Amino acid sequence: MHHILPFEPPGTTQSSEEPRFLMARGVEKTWPNGTVALARLNLNIGRGELVSLLGPSGCGKSTLLKMFAGLEQPSAGMLRWNGQPSLAQQCQMAMVFQEATLMPWATVEENVRLPLTLRGVGKKESTPQVMQALLAVGLENFLHVRPRELSGGMQMRVALARALVTEPDLLLMDEPFGALDEFTRHKLDADIRALWGRRNLTVLFVTHSIYEAVWLSSRVIVMGARPGRVIADIEIDGPSIRDASFRTSPAFIRQVAQLSDLLEQASGGVHD
Amino acid sequence: MTKPLIQYPQVQRALWPLLVLWVLLIVWEAGFRQFAVPVYLAPKPSDIALTLYSQHSALFTSLLVTLKVTLLAFLLAVAIGTLVAFLCVQSRVIESCLMPWAILFQVTPVVAIAPLVIIWIHNTTLALVVCAMLVAVFPILTNTTLGLRSVSPGLLNLFHINQASRWQVLMRLRVPNAMPYFFSGLRISCGLALIGAVVAEFVAGTGGTGAGLAWQILQAGFQLNLPLMFAALFLITCTGLALWALMSLLTRWCLRGWHDSELA
Repeated sequence: MHHILPFEPPGTTQSSEEPRFLMARGVEKTWPNGTVALARLNLNIGRGELVSLLGPSGCGKSTLLKMFAGLEQPSAGMLRWNGQPSLAQQCQMAMVFQEATLMPWATVEENVRLPLTLRGVGKKESTPQVMQALLAVGLENFLHVRPRELSGGMQMRVALARALVTEPDLLLMDEPFGALDEFTRHKLDADIRALWGRRNLTVLFVTHSIYEAVWLSSRVIVMGARPGRVIADIEIDGPSIRDASFRTSPAFIRQVAQLSDLLEQASGGVHD
Repeated sequence: MTKPLIQYPQVQRALWPLLVLWVLLIVWEAGFRQFAVPVYLAPKPSDIALTLYSQHSALFTSLLVTLKVTLLAFLLAVAIGTLVAFLCVQSRVIESCLMPWAILFQVTPVVAIAPLVIIWIHNTTLALVVCAMLVAVFPILTNTTLGLRSVSPGLLNLFHINQASRWQVLMRLRVPNAMPYFFSGLRISCGLALIGAVVAEFVAGTGGTGAGLAWQILQAGFQLNLPLMFAALFLITCTGLALWALMSLLTRWCLRGWHDSELA
């Protein structure tokens, strides 16, 4: 059911399949100060997958995500979106950041509307989409509230609604729930899975929580640091509809232990 | 059912300073009467009040002159300050061209520039306005520049991901973000415009019909008319307070609901 490919680029063994939605080939990133953030990384992600990038801080998982968002350029190698070398025409992409990143001066409604406004969609045409996105995250009664009046979890929901409002094919999430309490995080993880199930969404989710990665994903890519690289690529063995009971199931615990071992081996006595 | 007015915290906040003021005035009046302090050394509050009343037409005309210079200088400072700030954030080259000049004017005392400005600009009012503007423009310029620049990198990324144009980033992100900084600049600047106007009037020493409050103080000084001096001083202080209150109200009105500084 699951396979591990230590230090072996995934994708080379499955190249005969359909063209992948997201692809990285020999991608490297070296910062101006000489730090190697990513070293010759290969990655394939199919349409409709919910993939977690899991790893310790400094493994380049956020950098990789930013590259797929077009916010960073690789120093070497190539990226493909639906087989094409640029993001813009190929897919509708949205990103959720580590913080909610809302405009404090604008209401919830205005914040969610922003991506449409920036695309030149008028207020009238965008209103149904804004309402739909707010409904999807359960914030339809908070239209005229300012972000500071909301809790951290609700602010994150606004950010999620803002990401969904453009009806993206690709949702990039950069440790979005890291700052939230565990209870809220579980609820939002469940929301992500539900949204992913309902729409034809491809989700790339960066996290440093093993539990979150296993519970949430259909596939987990484990990354190691110094330099950033892929250690393992694991299909998660779990039910397609997941609830709290999955967290206590033997399969869940076994896979958490497995990933934990992999990360332990990868850090290989390097302590920081 | 209604609470007595005195129990409102807002009323109490205003009440205490007013009470202190009354006590001070009474002690001042009574003490000066008791020791018969001559009016050419220091006037009693009642002397000042009488002068304010008897000279009210001359003082009021002067007040209008000073107020006009202050407001014109302030408006000019707002216009020039924000314009230059917008230019500065467009590119570092433009900023390094303009900023040194702004700093040059800021560090040179207005008293030292005023005689030159007054020689060069024939129209007295305009000369005074220019002097006062030179003092008032700097806080608006630096604050607005800072506000336009210090945009959250996350929001900037969000705008880039959504392919926002430079214009959209400016109008939808940088300008709203700069508002608290801009208003804080306004509050500093309105006081400086008044200071600049009064100092420039002192230097210009213009009398006649166009005489401002500074001229009244100068004249009163020559004649040892201390009650008049105090009366003019009182009006200048009131003007400064009124400007400050106006700017605070404007800030509160524009930023309420979202900015930390305006939430109780």
